[in-house]
Amino acid sequence: MEDAIIRVENLFIDYRLGKTWHNVIHDVTLNIRPDTIHGLVGESGSGKSTLALALMRYLAPNARIPSGNITFDGQDLLSKSTREMRDIWGQLISLVPQDSLAALNPSYTVGDQIAEITRRHMGIARRESAERAVEMLHRVKISDPADVAKRYPHQLSGGMLQRVAIAMALSTSPKFLILDEPTTALDVTTQVVILDLFRALIHDNHAAALYVSHDLGTIAQLCDDVTVLYGGEIMESAPVKTLFAAPTHPYTIGLLRSLPRYSEESESRLETIAGIAPSLANRPTGCVFAPRCPIANSQCHAEKPPLTATDDGGLVRCWRWRDVATEGLGEQPKVPLSQAVSAETDKPLLAARNIVKHFGSRSVFDKLTGQLFSPVRAVDDASITIRHHSTLGLVGESGSGKTTLARCIVALNSADSGEIELDELPISNRLNERPKTMLRDMQMVFQNPADTLNPYHTVGQALGRTLKRLSLDALSPAEIESRVVDLLQSVRLTADYAQRYPAELSGGEKQRVAIARAFAADPALVVADEPTSSLDASVQAVIMNLLKDLRIEKGASYLLISHDLDVIAYLADWIAVMYLGQIVEEGSTHAVYASPYHPYTEALISAIPTPDPAIDNPIIYLEGEVPSAKNIPSGCRFHTRCPRKIGAICETEEPPWQDAGEGHCIRCHIDVAELIRQQNSPQEQRRGTR
Amino acid sequence: MIRYVIRRIMLLVFTMFITSIIIFALTQLLPGDIARLVLGRDASPVALEEFRETHHLNDSVPVQYANWLKGFITGDWGRSFTRGNPQVRPLIMDRLANTARLGVMILVLSVPLSILLGVVAALNEDGILDSIIAVFSLAVVGLPEFVTGVVLINVFAHQLDWFPSVSFVSSSYSFGDWLRALFLPSLTATLVLLAYIARMTRAGVIDELKKPYVRTATLKGLPQRQIIVKHVLRNALMPTITVIALSMGWLAGGLVVIEQVFNFPGLGRELVDAVTAKNTPVLQAIVMLIIFVYASANLVADVMYGILNPRIRLE
Repeated sequence: MEDAIIRVENLFIDYRLGKTWHNVIHDVTLNIRPDTIHGLVGESGSGKSTLALALMRYLAPNARIPSGNITFDGQDLLSKSTREMRDIWGQLISLVPQDSLAALNPSYTVGDQIAEITRRHMGIARRESAERAVEMLHRVKISDPADVAKRYPHQLSGGMLQRVAIAMALSTSPKFLILDEPTTALDVTTQVVILDLFRALIHDNHAAALYVSHDLGTIAQLCDDVTVLYGGEIMESAPVKTLFAAPTHPYTIGLLRSLPRYSEESESRLETIAGIAPSLANRPTGCVFAPRCPIANSQCHAEKPPLTATDDGGLVRCWRWRDVATEGLGEQPKVPLSQAVSAETDKPLLAARNIVKHFGSRSVFDKLTGQLFSPVRAVDDASITIRHHSTLGLVGESGSGKTTLARCIVALNSADSGEIELDELPISNRLNERPKTMLRDMQMVFQNPADTLNPYHTVGQALGRTLKRLSLDALSPAEIESRVVDLLQSVRLTADYAQRYPAELSGGEKQRVAIARAFAADPALVVADEPTSSLDASVQAVIMNLLKDLRIEKGASYLLISHDLDVIAYLADWIAVMYLGQIVEEGSTHAVYASPYHPYTEALISAIPTPDPAIDNPIIYLEGEVPSAKNIPSGCRFHTRCPRKIGAICETEEPPWQDAGEGHCIRCHIDVAELIRQQNSPQEQRRGTR
Repeated sequence: MIRYVIRRIMLLVFTMFITSIIIFALTQLLPGDIARLVLGRDASPVALEEFRETHHLNDSVPVQYANWLKGFITGDWGRSFTRGNPQVRPLIMDRLANTARLGVMILVLSVPLSILLGVVAALNEDGILDSIIAVFSLAVVGLPEFVTGVVLINVFAHQLDWFPSVSFVSSSYSFGDWLRALFLPSLTATLVLLAYIARMTRAGVIDELKKPYVRTATLKGLPQRQIIVKHVLRNALMPTITVIALSMGWLAGGLVVIEQVFNFPGLGRELVDAVTAKNTPVLQAIVMLIIFVYASANLVADVMYGILNPRIRLE
């Protein structure tokens, strides 16, 4: 076994809040060898980013390291001054940040910002460093590197910026790289490309890397070893195959079980981890996970378990890991989903036809100077139908127009043209022309619950106000109060939550309140825009179960928007795939997920990282980037990136709708039968395997 | 960017046009009869009528305005009502040159000093240096110009005799004479501007220091000085530039008090004289000039903003 390039021994980190110090990283030991990628997984608040930056000896001003050791390449990092660290930062250890738009200076070209680092550490002249920056951009597979080097960060897409950040981090060939959630903000189709780049470049450089993520899927596909962090402590650390195949810590098991996965049995529930993560101020005295652990005993609550070596060469911090290894966690008692009310699935609840929404307008100055103007064609002739008591999942990459389409339906944006029908009656595209009662029928749940709740209103006030405004008859204060309690109970919160302010709620609890508010007036349709994407995996499972239960209990329908196909596959019974303002494929979840016909859907589904390193599905890579909605390609909108493009017809003619049976339709020039034949050909099976 | 500048210049011309109407309307509202004010209480009705006739005061207001505007654009700004009826333009241009000298001196003194203080304060956020700078700059901004001016005259002119107290200037002045004459009034104005620009810079730098790109620059291993000067200041100074531009406008017309204290023959003093004497040709011309300086300073600020900020330049 090669010696580790970075060794962390019994590291503790404290944060100062007010006048007291709170321990956030507790007794962490970690070794990373050259030529390996080490995954660090944890939910928000687990301390994973703090730990990752501490490995570079970079701490927040209110943080300290009371004890522990960090050794990098034989040097003790903790004894170095900041001035000494500046020779290591960027030269021997580099960071690839999460949000590369914010992490780059808006006022300098990306080429300048890459050149700066080689000038600093390699002592080369300005001219040469600029050439090297272009070369680095070429290495991260940017097709026109000389041009991109001259651009400013705001002129590049998220995927391009992430490549720039990688080019910058690698330009000095560092020995150790820290990748802090580098693909979280990206679409899956871009993510697969970036992950491949990491793999190739890190191994080319024989570097070591720490990959920080909350996403077990990407960890499974990218990393060699994994460390699971919870409450600032290592729960488990093992080679990736061992960890996913035979997890020994109850938290790891719970985390893996709470992931949504597509299954044919649609009436299943996700398993969840009870309770919430510990807060900084009061850590449990015993095992940090004991309060949420299904198998915790009195020893677990009283004493902190030590980090123990397992038989497979891993580490685990659990008193009962041997019991877990032999007996497992036991199945969670299967709670059946609430019983469905009789489904009248044939009648459409809502039909939106040929919706068009363009943004931007020609200014007076443009008209005077005869400047050509092209609007952003966010939604460009899209039609969807939502049946009673069902969930339509709308998927697509960022910029596909899915949120705009949903906003047009609830009239937060008024569509430029197109018809919307509710219960087969036409309704206006404008909010102020819709009758007040219609507000009740359609409600929305937004992505970020923190932004949608007024911080100065208690939960009770927020819900009470909605009830008062939307209910049919005048409600007495006592009636409102009892309804608020009912609503809270329906989202599995206790009545005392009515007195709390949003700041006193966790992210998951806030989203429950937002959901309760959406259901306050018994809506027929709830539009949920990425309702779980700001939540951690274990909380996401709870919210997804809740959404599934509520739909059945309240007899509502959902329009669910998500970029996460696993979430859609779990919750939706019908899927519509959107690309550049139009629907390209729709059908039942089962049909679309199991056999995506449209080349775009096929690529999208193939790019989902599976949280199981043993599964290595062939990935279909899409060329280039999503074209701008200001400049939509002619003919089939997907032809610029389509791996199955057949010729000129794709560039000139809009593809027709084809029905593959049972309402599974695609918009493509290639015949469905031919697509199936191509997908199943043996040549195809080899293509794209890693 | 060129489109953007052209647009801004069009806007400037339009602003000047609108303000010219407002100024003209306002001078009509000044109390008192101009002819009587200028010629005195004992003037004969014939003399009064003659005065009105020669200065076209009997025309209707729109006609007066049209004539004035035409004259203003072609460079004939009329004649002053004061004794000898001198041409307005050379008179004001002379004053403007003086004020411009004073303004440049103030900017040269105040901008680097206050930016430096702001940056030092931001880098020591909530530390002792930050507090000292805050207390000092707020203490001086709280004092009116006539107090600081008089104190400075007393200390530096009367007691130490380092600088002249009266900024009487003559065209024969050498560069060194100018510097000496302008020093005390400039210092007085600098003390007023200092707190303002320094606080703005401090806030800008503190904001920028929190942004993720600063962490990126640090973790690239760049030296602290390069991070502050190259990365942080470039972005942090954008709001400061606006403040400096607005101060330039203030300098053009707002130096009234300082010019009075130091007896300095600038635009501000001339403006006060013109208002009291209801000397409308001079008044209108000065106000137009001040508006012009103000609007162009803003234009310069916007262009600088564009140069520093590619998100504006490349839109």
